[in-house]
Amino acid sequence: MADEKENIGEKKYKYSIIIPTYNERLNIAIIVYLIFNHLRDVDFEIIVVDDGSPDGTQDIVKQLQQLYGEDRILLRARAKKLGLGTAYIHGLKYATGDFVVIMDADLSHHPKYLPSFIKKQLETDASIVTGTRYVKDGGVHGWNLMRKLTSRGANVLAQTLLWPGVSDLTGSFRLYKKLVLEDVISSCVSKGYVFQMEMIVRASRKGYQIEEVPITFVDRVFGTSKLGGSEIVEYLKGLVYLLLTT
Amino acid sequence: MKHIVKILSLLVAISAFWIGLLQAAIVPRSHTWLLPIYFVVSLGCYGLLMVGVGLMQFPTCPQEAVLLQMDITEAKEFFRHKGVDVGSD
Repeated sequence: MADEKENIGEKKYKYSIIIPTYNERLNIAIIVYLIFNHLRDVDFEIIVVDDGSPDGTQDIVKQLQQLYGEDRILLRARAKKLGLGTAYIHGLKYATGDFVVIMDADLSHHPKYLPSFIKKQLETDASIVTGTRYVKDGGVHGWNLMRKLTSRGANVLAQTLLWPGVSDLTGSFRLYKKLVLEDVISSCVSKGYVFQMEMIVRASRKGYQIEEVPITFVDRVFGTSKLGGSEIVEYLKGLVYLLLTT
Repeated sequence: MKHIVKILSLLVAISAFWIGLLQAAIVPRSHTWLLPIYFVVSLGCYGLLMVGVGLMQFPTCPQEAVLLQMDITEAKEFFRHKGVDVGSD
């Protein structure tokens, strides 16, 4: 297989897909199925970082390992909910790919965009390819007017203050060169979605080449809205922090 | 250079220009005194405009929800055949 690739002058890269999970018993199986469907000719591994889900997520992952192979699906669990940033760091330790993809487990990020991330990176040799929901071929489903307004207002504020060079700052569907992710993540201290902003802003400040691909985002329509007053305050605090320290 | 330094330099440059205008009195001083207010208000209006335009042009994708449901059904079928118990949502 390696010989075939060398003949057409193409290096075969490996992609590590890190998916932090908490209570995603059904969704993780669907995500794995979709990833295998959409990345048929790609060398990849899926690293599931589960934070001790009580709903049996790890059992499902073990069954998936039986089905797809333990070399394709790695379960690297932790004892309890420890946060997103540390989940990535934890997953990174076991990643053997040249590139690392981070994505959410709740099906808001669809694996069908993975080929476009990979293609964009190969075309541009970018250090980071980030998915953006806010361009023409992208989009969001499941947000009401208020949510869209908040998102748009937050984005304009962030663009004005930070000049980040990307259109979607809080997105968490991204492909990194492994070394770049290691470098950027070591200097980030924020939590939650401010962490995602910090990652991309720090990467931008460090001069890493960042490209964007359009993605669609289907929000979990059921359940409570995740955007209360405290979230807005956290966001503003995060903006000021990034303004002053990056 | 840190980003905040860039922004502060920009503000300093604008302030220097403003003070220069005040001293040179090319434009009547009464107007010049109001320039910072005009600037801030313009910035605010521009921001609101950007929010409004962005809101109007906000890309949506209702068909994606349908496609996703189809994918979920397909995946559940697949796992049912393979004997993996994914349970119900």
